[in-house]
Amino acid sequence: MTTPPEKVPEGGIVVEIEQMSEEERARHFAEVAEAVAADRDVAVEVGETLLEVHEVTVRFGGLTALDSVSFGIRRGEILGLIGPNGAGKTTCFNAMTGVYRPTSGRVLLEGRPLGRAAKHNITRRGIARTFQNIRLFGEMTALENVVVGTDARHKTSVLGALLRLPRHYGEEKAGTERAMALLEFVGIADRAADKAKNLPYGYQRRLEIARALATEPKLLCLDEPAAGFNPAEKEQLMELIRKIRSDGYTVLLIEHDMRLVMGVTDRIVVLEFGKKIAEGLPAEIRENPAVIAAYLGVPDDDAA
Amino acid sequence: MTTSQAARPRRAGRLGEWWNNLPRPQQWAALVPIVVLIYFLPVLNPPLLTTEPYTNFPIAMVHAAELAMVAIGLNVVVGQAGLLDLGYVGFFAVGAYVAALLTSKDSMLHKLPYLATLPLAMVVTMLAGVLLGLPTLRLRGDYLAIVTLGFGEIVRLLATIVPDLKGQVGFQAVGHPPGTKADGSPIFAANNGTPWYWLVVTLIIILLLFVGNLERSRVGRAWVAIREDEDAAELMGVPTFKFKLWAFAIGAAIGGLSGALVAGQTGFMNNQNFSVAFSVLYLAAVILGGSGNKVGVMVGAFIVSYIPDRFTNLSDRKYLIFGLFLVVLMIFRPQGLLGARQRLLSRGRQAYQRLIGRGEQISSESSVAPSGEEGRPA
Repeated sequence: MTTPPEKVPEGGIVVEIEQMSEEERARHFAEVAEAVAADRDVAVEVGETLLEVHEVTVRFGGLTALDSVSFGIRRGEILGLIGPNGAGKTTCFNAMTGVYRPTSGRVLLEGRPLGRAAKHNITRRGIARTFQNIRLFGEMTALENVVVGTDARHKTSVLGALLRLPRHYGEEKAGTERAMALLEFVGIADRAADKAKNLPYGYQRRLEIARALATEPKLLCLDEPAAGFNPAEKEQLMELIRKIRSDGYTVLLIEHDMRLVMGVTDRIVVLEFGKKIAEGLPAEIRENPAVIAAYLGVPDDDAA
Repeated sequence: MTTSQAARPRRAGRLGEWWNNLPRPQQWAALVPIVVLIYFLPVLNPPLLTTEPYTNFPIAMVHAAELAMVAIGLNVVVGQAGLLDLGYVGFFAVGAYVAALLTSKDSMLHKLPYLATLPLAMVVTMLAGVLLGLPTLRLRGDYLAIVTLGFGEIVRLLATIVPDLKGQVGFQAVGHPPGTKADGSPIFAANNGTPWYWLVVTLIIILLLFVGNLERSRVGRAWVAIREDEDAAELMGVPTFKFKLWAFAIGAAIGGLSGALVAGQTGFMNNQNFSVAFSVLYLAAVILGGSGNKVGVMVGAFIVSYIPDRFTNLSDRKYLIFGLFLVVLMIFRPQGLLGARQRLLSRGRQAYQRLIGRGEQISSESSVAPSGEEGRPA
């Protein structure tokens, strides 16, 4: 899928890339991006609302974590969801991916409500996510982790696997190849055979993104992907997120780091205490007094 | 960006790495003499290994093989899918009673040839596994363990209470495979371990092929994903309930098969063979050898079965010894003698070869404690 498999040199593709000329390398990466690209039929046009959060309220006992929050994510954009700690960002995420059921309100994907669909079916309908605290399958290799993601689209079950039916081989081949391309795409192919728990932190973060992309999502939700990164790594991550978007994915990004959010998102939604306090372009959000107050606090004499 | 850290210093385990990098046909070729040796163990009766004069050596080997089969089944449930099952002996019992009821002269039921009861025992125990799993697999961890413990006890008590199951009186002359020697005595006699051993070992090899097929497929990946992080697996599109149920059903079927084999081999079956202690012993075999490692659990089963047969003066203290051994093992090697090890891709070799130029996973060793994993919620 990525490059013709005739001659396999010592060290595999990772070494091969090092030896490539600039031009060959560019062509190879283009092929990888093509293999990774979103090619599912998405029912909405570019720019139309892909996912709509409609008046969603989530209550835990007496605590209202989300208070009738509404916003839409348009196809092909990178939407930032920001807010101070405890503002309800992750709760909002969890309500969208089926971990929590909204107390009231609805989440609509392509105009159809998610309703009470099981979590794995929500993934199949096209929402994939990463986790704030990395949750990889530690005993699996990086490649196996990603293939689990591709399995979301596969149908082989016990009988097919037991008897090695043709569909098993077909899915296995397609899934493994797509997973290999994804590892190259996020830049961790050199450690494909390592157990996920033995990977360095930055690699684990990237592996989570690759695994989520493997489910062929219409919407990719990244929950603080830059947590614990140094500025150089954040820069690389921004690069990756942009690359994902230009490959045809829609991205929802939860992030604390304002520089990263401002640098990569198209629009931003700001939450505070479970309520949406602002929505708009990064430049508008930067100037918005309510947002500044939420992040920096309001001086006492100002309020007086 | 894919270039950094390609040459990473590797840890020990040279032997394992050498083995993993051998081409597939060479691995198979190396396995042939080992399998032949295993087949001829009871005939060779090697001097140091022998359990005589305490225990008939072929019989001891049958017991070990039977326990190995149980361990393979339990390993699917505990080792692969990570579902702690403390009532596995219940499935074993169901399989044993299916064989006994359909072949023993003490039973009222219609008689079937013994070999026909083996697949039947698997089907019945599979159904039992599904029946138990449907309501209980929504539970996790300790809660599931308690419920399965209850299931094992229910089966044992039913065997005592239901009159047709004959309680402690049991069933005499449970069937065996056909065939007689020249003098007219049956080949598969209770006191003749070797043919039974060959039958069980052959079935184990077939089971290993099937279980291996499942492992290197979407099913095996789903199981290990569930074991590693059930919530994350669900959110990555794994239908966790369905695959947990399958793990239960397949584990149960293998347990049932071993039960039917043990019933046939001993020729006698009553309610005394199914106490909780057996479930614990099975689990000890799995944990000892290395939960999640097919070879490991068979080694564990061999040790658990062989030690009491070899050192009979210890056999009444075997639980004490195993207990101590397990405690020491859990301190120094919590992953078992051979750590969890699975290949989850049918085309993994080619893929790794293509990407990094090495055929297999680099490290097979589990890090010491599972609590050392990063990124788990506290």
